[in-house]
Amino acid sequence: MSTLPASPPSTAHAFPLNAAGAIADPALQKAMGRLKGHFIDKRAAARARLPEFDALRDAAKAIKDHTLAHLDLYLERFEAQVTAAGGHVHWCRDAAEARAAVLAICREHGARIVTKGKSMIGEEIGINPFLEAHGIEPVETDLGEYIIQLAHEPPSHIIAPAVHKNKEQISDLFVEHHHAGDRSRRLEGIPELVTEAREVLRRRFLEADVGITGANFLVAETGQTVIVTNEGNGDLTQTLPRVHIVLASLEKVVPTLEDVSAVLRVLARSATGQEFSTYTTFSCGPRRAGDHDGPGAFHVVLLDNGRTRLLGSEFREVLRCIRCGACMNHCPVYGAVGGHAYGWVYPGPIGSVLTPALVGLPEAHHLPNASTFCGRCEEVCPMRIPLPRMLRHWREREFAAGAAPAAARWGLGLWAWLARRPALYRAAARLAARALAFLGGPERRIRSLPLAGGWTGGRDLPAPEGRTFQALWAEGRGRR
Amino acid sequence: MAQTRGRVALLVTCLVDLFRPTVGFAAVALLERAGYAVEVPPGQTCCGQPGFNTGDRASARALAERVIEAFEGYDHVVVPSGSCGGMIAVHYPELFAGDPAWEPRARSLAARTRELVSFLADVAGVEATGARYEDTVTYHDSCSGLRELGVRDQARRLLGKVAGLTLKEMRHPEVCCGFGGTFCVKYPAISVKMASEKAADVQATGAGTLLAGDMGCLLNMAGRLAREGSAVRVRHVAEVLAGMGDRPAIGRAS
Repeated sequence: MSTLPASPPSTAHAFPLNAAGAIADPALQKAMGRLKGHFIDKRAAARARLPEFDALRDAAKAIKDHTLAHLDLYLERFEAQVTAAGGHVHWCRDAAEARAAVLAICREHGARIVTKGKSMIGEEIGINPFLEAHGIEPVETDLGEYIIQLAHEPPSHIIAPAVHKNKEQISDLFVEHHHAGDRSRRLEGIPELVTEAREVLRRRFLEADVGITGANFLVAETGQTVIVTNEGNGDLTQTLPRVHIVLASLEKVVPTLEDVSAVLRVLARSATGQEFSTYTTFSCGPRRAGDHDGPGAFHVVLLDNGRTRLLGSEFREVLRCIRCGACMNHCPVYGAVGGHAYGWVYPGPIGSVLTPALVGLPEAHHLPNASTFCGRCEEVCPMRIPLPRMLRHWREREFAAGAAPAAARWGLGLWAWLARRPALYRAAARLAARALAFLGGPERRIRSLPLAGGWTGGRDLPAPEGRTFQALWAEGRGRR
Repeated sequence: MAQTRGRVALLVTCLVDLFRPTVGFAAVALLERAGYAVEVPPGQTCCGQPGFNTGDRASARALAERVIEAFEGYDHVVVPSGSCGGMIAVHYPELFAGDPAWEPRARSLAARTRELVSFLADVAGVEATGARYEDTVTYHDSCSGLRELGVRDQARRLLGKVAGLTLKEMRHPEVCCGFGGTFCVKYPAISVKMASEKAADVQATGAGTLLAGDMGCLLNMAGRLAREGSAVRVRHVAEVLAGMGDRPAIGRAS
């Protein structure tokens, strides 16, 4: 897969460094500790309340598999229905085309202020800095996105973008941006912070010329786009301004409204443990005669950005993803380092599969390697995406390209060579067992070992018992 | 043994062979007591998992072919590791998929292969092993055994029948300890962070012994607990089930 220019810029190549920084950041670690219990317990409770949950996962997976097998058909149907409703679909091959499409629409309507609902595609194409560079002010209206926009940071979680921030940090951001640094205005309580953000944002909703939202689903049979939110900001974003732009990647399409309702049943439960998100909003074209509200123009910017290539590859199944975030909530690596360490838009296991496809494997090669293959992501994925297998496929591509680290290649090559020669292998194992047992001394553990600093830097190496099993077995020792 | 319930081949695993032969002998003892004739096929070395997980399918296949050959003809293949067991039972068929010569042989081996504790409980029908172990223990669910092979209640059931043993669960027994094969040395900072969180969870139980079914996880957790100065003893679950819990714990003098 060729490398696409990353937009926004990626630091995925520096993952180990990013991770080390994250582990050493006490505020971040505290926030991650809170997150872990919160989402995991809520999902478990939601699942326990619904005995047919796993059967629903199978049904949801089948819907997406069917759709992906007929993606062209359903996308064309979707476009026809959007057009019939008076809207427009813009087919965009990559991030640059998507940005250009958004800018052209904004310019056509003379937009100066754009409100935004939460959209990972917006992050993927780097729409905010692009609009700013062209004199248009984007205003994030999802509270989490708003907070990190003030902080000039990317999201660290796909559904809880500011999960890495604590309320003191948020309070400081509000003082700086809402009260010109006047610390006498500092708020302590979460309700006060939310109220203040709501007051500030309410004004921005009314000022906006264009509203941009993402889409959780595109419905082929009706041409509707669907968002699920908990704050209602998405509704204000798409109904108050004159123009509504939907940013969506093409795998978001499903055939029918029944399909939407089937997948919705696993989405919120997997994401936040809710049975349903607070708001599930369906949009269909611009305002019609007699409608009380709604935008005057309706555009869907439909992004490929390499996804059609995934369709024909061993990564096809990742296109079933509905962006619930369950994989990252349950990932022990994500839990240890947080989302920013991954260095690009999508963190966690899903990010480790997607990012190499979107910014190239050379840039993102650490991500598929930084997994213990513990399998918890696959266990909780509502769409049953075999994430560990996908990560392994990236490692296969890396190995096949000769890009795996030299130490790994040589070490592994030697190991495989030795393991194909049992007599030699047994002799080497006997020697290693004795040598390590000797190094372990009377304490039976090794505190530091040349060339093994990766292990002994943070833990002892328990010494072997001294003889190998094979040697003892051959001697008939240890038996009655 | 004159009358046996079948021939079991023990796949020792490279880590048990090198670090902890006691686990191999514990496995033999448990299987023989359950009525099986146990053999240790010569020529076994490594199941090929390191290559497979590094993306080196060629070396993984080369080693897997040797394992398939060495373990043909046995009624059961038993592995004191969920990780190596999962490699054979789940990933070998995937590794040889579409290969007319090797896929059927890989599938046959996969179907005959079980992780030790689940073999005892699910296949052999063992309800109690007759062992005694005087301590409060906590049990870590090693990831591959838990998620690839469904090993969870079997170990707890058998431990529940060990005289003198009290099981005290961790808050998150199913969370990875951070070993992950080569992960532990490729990303040591993250691995140690995960091991520290596991160690904290272990210590919060107040248990004197930590048990699990995989040497990789056990070496990692024992190594981290020792570095933190913890007094918790770490053992393979088979040692306790086989009544070999009086030997020195992993990485300990006594």
